[in-house]
Amino acid sequence: MTETTYSGSDAADRGNDMAARRKRRDAANRRLQYYGIGAISFAIGLLALLFASLIVSGYTAFTQTHVRIDFPISATHVKPDAIDQGNYRLVVRDALADLFPDVTSPADVRSLGQILTNNTQFFVRDAVLADPSVIGRSVTLEIPASDPFDQLNKGVIDRNVPENQRRVTDRQIGWFDQLVAQDRVTAPFNWALFTAPNSRFPELAGLSGAIVGSALTLLVCFVLSFPIGIAAAIYLEEFAPKNRWTDLIEVNINNLAAVPSIVFGLLGLAVFLNLMGLPRSAPLVGGMVLALMTLPTMIIVTRAALKAVPPSIREAGLGMGASKHQVIMHHVLPLAMPGILTGTIIGMAHALGETAPLLLIGMNAFITSEPGGITDAATALPTQVFIWADSPERGFVARTAAGILVLLGFLIIMNGLAVWLRQRLERTW
Amino acid sequence: MIGYAFLLILAFSAVAYFVGRSTGSRFVATAGGKVHSLPGYHGAFVALWVGLPALLLLLLWVSFQGSAIDRMLLASLPETLTAGKSASEIDLIVSEIKNVAAGRMFSQPSADIVTVAERLQGWHAIADWAMIVVAACLMIVGLVLSRRLLSPRFRARNVVERIISGLMIGCSVIAILTTLGIIVSLIYEAAAFFRMVPFTEFLFGLRWEPQIALRPDQVAGQGAFGAIPVFVGTLLISFIALLVSVPIGLFTAIYLVEFADERVRAVVKPVLEILAGIPTVVFGFFAILVVAPAVRDFSNVLGLAASPNSALAAGLVMGIMIIPFVSSLSDDAMKAVPRSMRDGSLALGATPAETMTKVILPAALPGIVGGILLAASRAIGETMIVAMAAGLIASLTINPLDSVTTVTVQIVTLLTGDTEFDSPKTLAAFALGLVLFLVTLTLNIIALQIVRRYREQYD
Repeated sequence: MTETTYSGSDAADRGNDMAARRKRRDAANRRLQYYGIGAISFAIGLLALLFASLIVSGYTAFTQTHVRIDFPISATHVKPDAIDQGNYRLVVRDALADLFPDVTSPADVRSLGQILTNNTQFFVRDAVLADPSVIGRSVTLEIPASDPFDQLNKGVIDRNVPENQRRVTDRQIGWFDQLVAQDRVTAPFNWALFTAPNSRFPELAGLSGAIVGSALTLLVCFVLSFPIGIAAAIYLEEFAPKNRWTDLIEVNINNLAAVPSIVFGLLGLAVFLNLMGLPRSAPLVGGMVLALMTLPTMIIVTRAALKAVPPSIREAGLGMGASKHQVIMHHVLPLAMPGILTGTIIGMAHALGETAPLLLIGMNAFITSEPGGITDAATALPTQVFIWADSPERGFVARTAAGILVLLGFLIIMNGLAVWLRQRLERTW
Repeated sequence: MIGYAFLLILAFSAVAYFVGRSTGSRFVATAGGKVHSLPGYHGAFVALWVGLPALLLLLLWVSFQGSAIDRMLLASLPETLTAGKSASEIDLIVSEIKNVAAGRMFSQPSADIVTVAERLQGWHAIADWAMIVVAACLMIVGLVLSRRLLSPRFRARNVVERIISGLMIGCSVIAILTTLGIIVSLIYEAAAFFRMVPFTEFLFGLRWEPQIALRPDQVAGQGAFGAIPVFVGTLLISFIALLVSVPIGLFTAIYLVEFADERVRAVVKPVLEILAGIPTVVFGFFAILVVAPAVRDFSNVLGLAASPNSALAAGLVMGIMIIPFVSSLSDDAMKAVPRSMRDGSLALGATPAETMTKVILPAALPGIVGGILLAASRAIGETMIVAMAAGLIASLTINPLDSVTTVTVQIVTLLTGDTEFDSPKTLAAFALGLVLFLVTLTLNIIALQIVRRYREQYD
């Protein structure tokens, strides 16, 4: 009793003080928490913005405006005995003249022809080559519209802006609208994005060359880095004596893993291209450079997987009279395999997205055919994206974003596979 | 052709394995318990003897075929093509011949070039077939010889294990060879550069105009190789990137370690992993599609003039790219602080925030600093974002709204297109590469050292 009276006001003071301090401390605690939430929301928001902007600008490239045109194949333009030398330019002109009889002046005919892709004549030629019996009759083809009209059809080019600020004239729009009114304009799924090689014209450009190039590059990379990585990891983890030499190798591997990827490109350029004279732009060289780049990761991942196998397995094997090699080949390696495979897939996904070293060995060339082998000139998916991002035509913006979506699609599949493998096969001891 | 040769070697080795194994099985059937090794080891012994020499041959052949044929081609060029031409003109002719031989024709080549190109095609065909034939002969010899060595008492297992051990050592040496290859090739080419351009001018010069003429008939500048503007640009962009990524990454890690429950962590961790797995070329496109226009509009609102490829845009996007890197490294560092220290602090009545700022952060600081150094090395070496979003002209400025260039951008622009290994333009890229390699290597070594030493303290 006496104590409270004795220090009454003092204790109340101290209590107030304490309460204020607690409030301050709690506020500081909450503040730190809010900073954290803010930082995380910022990161997640940016990721969402990244994907949203890619999808918004890329989804239009997954359809392509086509125009259905009847081409009269007259025997005067295309001789049956020399089909590939026929004058298909005139065939195209006749077909457009049939559709628009009132367009006669040469300048108008030219600007009318700009509605279709520049390569229309080759589409007609291929159709006639495929079926020579159409000579003298007419053939109906779905021809890709050229880039400005593809953009117009998709609403990217605004009709309401003044004529001199857009790439299509009012008359061209009028003709295009007539085609729309005749129900000749369609916008089907753009399979050409996956089946056509690169082209100067956005409406024709596809990713097939880049996909094949990337596949070949990754194949070379895998064939080199998988066995070499596993062998090196087994040696360092299971056999190597602990001495300065193996210490040096280990420090080396850790440092190599952090060397900028472009330095590997310089190595490839100086050694593989300049010194050895291997072909430029080839998936072989690209795969070799990427293999050197992924090797440290492969070794680190494999060592972690080997380390996770408990020593009791090794001791049991040795106890049964197996040699050290047999224990590792028959027991340790198979048990570590799920971890190694998961790491390998992630390493390959990383290699698939790598661009800089491939630029230096020339895998950003303009190549309009799929590579036939690992020594042919080729591009890869990320370098194709880089080339398209540099192209000035409006249509390539959508193509670039679509190319990125395809690249990300492959990465998601690979990483999903890795996650699935991990969940499926991983075991805890 | 190399691919087919490789498959042929694989197929041959498989056949050799089965030949050896069936021999081994026969030993078991006839000699019973006196056989030293299991049949599989006899098979592996034969397969190694068949496959290894052939693979080695393939490797050497691929390494030297190109340069050997090039030399033969140069020696065999007819007088009419080479008369009175300089070395670089002859190089042009050679590359035209190669294009014609590969079927890439842009215009009608002259008759001389067509004949040489046809000869070149012939040589290539001969070389490819010779490679296959020699490899096949080697494999047959290997099969016959190694098959002869087999006997019931032959120690096939020991031999195979010794060969495999040797192979594994060879594979782990590749890592060292790669480093050596990087260092030697960079120093070799950079030395050639410094013979043309003085070392001091490169390190301390203030003007960088490397686009000089490769051929006498090209129109181009005089050339200046002072790399200071390039270094300053690199540091500026990396600094902006760290300014973005360090606070965000650090606060993310703090929240995840101290405040987040399992549910939040299960969402945020994969998001950060996705962010880390996005290829840099995608970030580069994001920079030119979204961030650079946004930066320009924003600075226009403020009344400032921003370049279309401002250092700020490139740095911001690079910062986004490094966030997961910083957060996961600081996360590791904070997790490595012993639990007892954290529990002790909480038991004394400290709030989680006080525990974090007064106990865990100071204890984890070396690890975090190491992580930031690694992030800085990542930012300096990052190529694609700056190649797409930063400028090409080296201007000496620290205004983040101006366009600057970086070491990696210069390497890419100098080495795409015409490359001539006797022009300072090409070799300058290797000098820049050497600087880049040394700087990132130093940062990495310091960072790894700090992280390692610190980790030992608590283990």
